[in-house]
Amino acid sequence: MAETTIAKEKTSILPFGPTERKLLTDPLNDNNPITVQVLGICSALAVTTLLNKAIVMAVAVTFVTAFSNLIISALRNSIPKQVRMIVQLVIVAFLVTVVELSLKAINYPIYKELSVFIGLIITNCIVMGRLEAFAMANKPWRSFLDGIGNGVGYGVILIAVASIRELFGKGSLLNFKIIGPSSDFLIDTDAISFLNWYEPNNLMVLFPSAMFVIGVLIWVQRAWNKKLVDIS
Amino acid sequence: MELVNIFIKSAFIENLALAYFLGMCSYLAVSKTVKTAFGLGLAVIFVLGITMPINWIINTWLLGENGIFHTDLTFLRFILFIAVIASMVQLVEMVVEKFSPSLYNSLGIFLPLITVNCAILGGSLFMVSKEYNFSESVAFGLGGGFGWFLAIIAIAAIREKMKYSNVPPALRGLGMAFLLTGLMGMAFMSLMGIDPASFTNN
Repeated sequence: MAETTIAKEKTSILPFGPTERKLLTDPLNDNNPITVQVLGICSALAVTTLLNKAIVMAVAVTFVTAFSNLIISALRNSIPKQVRMIVQLVIVAFLVTVVELSLKAINYPIYKELSVFIGLIITNCIVMGRLEAFAMANKPWRSFLDGIGNGVGYGVILIAVASIRELFGKGSLLNFKIIGPSSDFLIDTDAISFLNWYEPNNLMVLFPSAMFVIGVLIWVQRAWNKKLVDIS
Repeated sequence: MELVNIFIKSAFIENLALAYFLGMCSYLAVSKTVKTAFGLGLAVIFVLGITMPINWIINTWLLGENGIFHTDLTFLRFILFIAVIASMVQLVEMVVEKFSPSLYNSLGIFLPLITVNCAILGGSLFMVSKEYNFSESVAFGLGGGFGWFLAIIAIAAIREKMKYSNVPPALRGLGMAFLLTGLMGMAFMSLMGIDPASFTNN
């Protein structure tokens, strides 16, 4: 695989062929960071109570994975092997500080709600995992694409889980009431509608339901994509 | 007595793994057998107990407005905290290897893994947001570590028994671990009603 791609890179500085496309699409299903690689679970569970938190988190993580992959990959030949963990952590911590301060300036309420979980992107295993597994061995442009792919693969699961939890836990999406007695679609609140039979289930916004939702997502994905089934 | 309350609260009621989802990556990856889970759990108690007071000192004396620089340097918090954790893990590894080879062999590969365990950094960040003082942060560190230790031992024991059950193929391994953790979380939620302050009042 390496030989064919070297020939291609001579023709253009930023090539975009089948290999590059695979870097972007693989993490969406076959190599999803959450359901297959089991990376970045901590934050995935904690920020999925509301859809807007999940979207902000997905964007922040994509930014950090993409640029930390790019920077580490550009520096990969000059980092001594013994201290590589500390170098990686410092670069990731720098990027996370950038994200934290920008979010604080742009949208303070969301920043308050995410609290420590923005800081925890530093120890998000997706970032470290991709740096170790990909950026230390590949050229910057590819590493950048791999970072975006993994960030988006993470974001997709995050948004799926958050939609389910917010819809059934609060009856709303993006704070817009959809189902339940106080739905914004109901014009006459006394009218019996298919929208107001649902009573929001508080369990959905608590810890265990996040586990159940991701567990069921993994079940569905593996039932459909047989090659991911755990044989052991 | 206040310190015992914080210990109990951080170990059971605000369990780092089962109420805040911290350290889930290693929790799911290293909980296949009780023996390895035990080693990792011990290492987490150890490192949380050490890094929490050190990060407290850094946060109050170096970064705070009343610290030695008299300026608000809290934007450096992430970089300094993670540097402390990474170097403490390295240091602890060297010290343990020198003075207690048997403990080193049982902790073994788990020590370096802890650097990226979010329970450690998360614990330090919670300590800052809860505004604990020095001795409270020690109690919080040890209690949080103990709670995480209990959680990983419990899931490892259940997963060992799970091998004898007939689980649907697509749910085997990871999927089942998620569902089990959810059930354990529900069990731990019942501890939330306990108010540790009520013990001291009586």
